[in-house]
Amino acid sequence: MARLSLDNVTKSFANFDAVKDVSIDVGDGEFLAVLGPSGCGKTTLLRLVAGFEKVTSGEIRIGSEVVSGKGGSVAPEKRRVGIVFQNYALWPHMTVAENIGYSLKVAKLDKAVARRKVEDALALVNLQGLGERRPANLSGGQRQRVALARCLVAAPSLVLFDEPLANLDVHLRASMEDEFASFHKRTGTTIVYITHDQAEAMALADRIAVMDGGRLAQLATPRELYHEPANEMVASFISQGILLPADVLSAEERGHCKVRVLGAELIVRCRPGERPRTGAKVCCRSADLDVSPDGPGFDGLVKRVIYQGGSARIEFTPSTNPDLTLHFEQPDPVALESGAQARLRIRSGWLIPAAGAAS
Amino acid sequence: MSTRIRESRGQEMVLTAAVAIVIALLSLLPMLRLIKEIVAPGGTLSTVAIKAGLASPATWIATWHTLVVGIGGTLLAVLSGTLVAVLVTLTDIRARSAMVLCYVMPLMIAPQVTALAWLQLFGPASPFLKLFGAAPPLGTRNPLYSTSGIILLLGVQYGPLVFLLVRAGLRKLPRELVEAARAGGAGWFTVLVTIVLPLMTPSIMAAAALAFVSCVGNFGIPAFLGIPANYLVLPTLIYQKLAGGGPAVLGETAFLSVLIGIIAMAGILTQEIMSRRRDYRISSTSLPAEPYELGRWRPAVHAGMWLLIIVVLVLPLFGLVLTSLVPGYGIALTAKTATLDNYRFVLFEHDAASRAFFNSFWLSIAAAFFAVLVAVPIGYLIAWGKQRWVRLLNLSVELPYALPGVVLAIASLLMFLRPIPLTGIQLYNTVWIILYAYLARFLVLALRPTISGYHQIDRALEEAAQVAGAGLFTRMRTIIFPLVAPAAIAGGLLIFMTALSELTVSALLWSSGSETIGVVMFSFEQGGDSNYAAAMSVITVAVTFLLMLVTNLLAPYLPTGVLPWRD
Ligand SMILES: Nc1ncnc2c1ncn2[C@@H]1O[C@H](COP(=O)(O)OP(=O)(O)OP(=O)(O)O)[C@@H](O)[C@H]1O
Ligand SMILES: [Mg+2]
Repeated sequence: MARLSLDNVTKSFANFDAVKDVSIDVGDGEFLAVLGPSGCGKTTLLRLVAGFEKVTSGEIRIGSEVVSGKGGSVAPEKRRVGIVFQNYALWPHMTVAENIGYSLKVAKLDKAVARRKVEDALALVNLQGLGERRPANLSGGQRQRVALARCLVAAPSLVLFDEPLANLDVHLRASMEDEFASFHKRTGTTIVYITHDQAEAMALADRIAVMDGGRLAQLATPRELYHEPANEMVASFISQGILLPADVLSAEERGHCKVRVLGAELIVRCRPGERPRTGAKVCCRSADLDVSPDGPGFDGLVKRVIYQGGSARIEFTPSTNPDLTLHFEQPDPVALESGAQARLRIRSGWLIPAAGAAS
Repeated sequence: MSTRIRESRGQEMVLTAAVAIVIALLSLLPMLRLIKEIVAPGGTLSTVAIKAGLASPATWIATWHTLVVGIGGTLLAVLSGTLVAVLVTLTDIRARSAMVLCYVMPLMIAPQVTALAWLQLFGPASPFLKLFGAAPPLGTRNPLYSTSGIILLLGVQYGPLVFLLVRAGLRKLPRELVEAARAGGAGWFTVLVTIVLPLMTPSIMAAAALAFVSCVGNFGIPAFLGIPANYLVLPTLIYQKLAGGGPAVLGETAFLSVLIGIIAMAGILTQEIMSRRRDYRISSTSLPAEPYELGRWRPAVHAGMWLLIIVVLVLPLFGLVLTSLVPGYGIALTAKTATLDNYRFVLFEHDAASRAFFNSFWLSIAAAFFAVLVAVPIGYLIAWGKQRWVRLLNLSVELPYALPGVVLAIASLLMFLRPIPLTGIQLYNTVWIILYAYLARFLVLALRPTISGYHQIDRALEEAAQVAGAGLFTRMRTIIFPLVAPAAIAGGLLIFMTALSELTVSALLWSSGSETIGVVMFSFEQGGDSNYAAAMSVITVAVTFLLMLVTNLLAPYLPTGVLPWRD
């Protein structure tokens, strides 16, 4: 088991920065998920850690050893990391057992020992008896398990996953998720797990690193990410938070402050030290909204109602601010109709910290 | 059927019928005629021809020799081609495009020119060795007049063929398969042996089959190196029989040519069967792996690669040029003795030679022109056609090129020995029979790029013209031809380069007055006039290089892989 630290890591392809100034510390035995939209540099980050790409600047350490940095780069085969690819990357010319036993064979391990380890690895991923099959004759889920077994058999101190479940169907995904979780619990291996599925990341990870355009947008626990997003990108990316323009009216007091949103005043949660300012943003969730309250609120037009089974997605335009469109979910029974006027009230929310504020 | 429906199908049917007739004439008919000669010589079923062929010891000796040089040459080509492909594709070697260009060049040079060049390099009269006074004494046997000499040159000639196929395979290798192994602790060499090469076996075996067919059917190299040593392979045996016996022995040679065809087919079948057992289809669209860093080995690998290129390309061509400047056999080349007389002689003084230049040029131009013209509609039917059977067309066009050239030459002789029925036109003993054989043999060289050109074009472009009311022929002329023209014309240029110094087919079909460059070169060499042969070779090689330069201008408009020498 090993710590992984990235210090101001940048990776440029030609003039394009795929990863920019990223610093992450992954604790011993921690499960870190890396989340972000397509093309934000997740895979590149993983390949930097594995050693398939060289850093342009910055430093990567595994345990106490500098593996990538100014002084050069430790070859991937010397890093003792395991990696599971999205497309499995099983070697088609080898059987399942040969695939799994490859690293043991390369390490010239005693044949009998190697065979037992392969059996153990197969048992670990519930594939007993399939050792003689070819990868081509396995289902997608079985292939993913073989890829997992192949990376685990050498007992690496650090395991990297690149969207391992992206090619599987929803049901299989859930059961594999359970397996990853129990594997992590059992072995305590340090894991870096890339995904673009936030439910997956929330379910599995101790902490989540959200990336955006090559930069680290926020590194926090799932709970913090959801309730206290550090910036607008994270707020809108995680569970499609609703972003509203706000003016801060009072200084922070016991984690809360008073803001004005769309003409209505309310109390929201905020970071310590917030002071009155204009042009702020408040993030709230569907659950924070009251539809058709009797008391104060703001009026607007329901532009569209998209029924989604059990709930509906509403597009709403406040009349004070017709350029703005709010999207939120409304559970059954849905009272709103498209074209109708409605009134909304925000019960609570989170004040997004000012850009540049330390996180 | 309403008239409107009939009208709209009419043009397509005319096109299909025309294409079917051309293909029947060029590829199916000659093959059928050849088979008829074997099983039913003179019109009645009999096994006489087969028995006579099998009873002759010369047949068996030549078959044995064919297999020896075929397998030897293939092994050498596969080893060298694969090694170079791995180095060029998977490592951070420098000047990659230049290396590919130089390494692939021997493929663009006719085999008999390669043979002549190497002979000039190592023979006792070698002007190159004489430069350092290292030439063996006159009268010594050239070491290349031997089995190993033939194998060596076949390996040099077809190594690039293997290289091209294996390189294409390596480029499709997804990087994850390599990276998974490295993460598993395997160093680069282990990855190469346990992952890369096993995954490349389908490419390597396909390349081996192609190299085998080419080696077995090669005429130029065993003709220049084997005949002087009386080491005959099947193509040279056929040549000698025909040269000595004329049309009377045609039946006998038909049997031999079918034998070559069978050996070539056996090579292809073996590959089919073996690769069916190892079908590792890689269906990933991942990026190729990062090049392996050679580090401190890089200078050594560079030196080795360029040395190889100097040995297989530069030195032989240099030797060829030197020989072409020497006034006579065995005379040392100095600033004083150097002369351009050999060039003047072959271009202006020697009747057959100047006629050969004329013949080869117009034959190549005609073959190229016709092939481009026909490839566009055939490619249309094959690439975009709706009928499934049309795809069989592709196979039948490939056949005359896939089979050794000798097979097609004998088939053409059989077809045209007597005047064409009904018309009374006599092709035998004229230049037209050579043109026919060139058309049949080289059509596929224009068709392949054209088809890949079609696959690159968005079909909607044609459909838009269709909606605008253009009939098939109008679309073909105004939309389709302009779009695929670069690919088809590049194919035509490839045909021109190949046909210009072609020897295998014309050696069997020529007659006085219809000599080709290859034929005259061959007879100069056989008569001991290597200087004249060298001068002709230098001219054709120069024309080929020039054409490669011209063709390069088309490169931006071509699908990748059409020009073999471009990376
Ligand atoms: N070898 C390369 N050369 C040039 N650009 C690259 C290379 N590899 C990645 N990039 C670019 O870097 C950016 C980040 O790519 P990366 O593969 O890391 O994205 P990702 O977050 O994994 O996306 P996805 O979720 O779609 O897999 C992309 O814009 C990509 O085009
Ligand atoms: Mg990715």
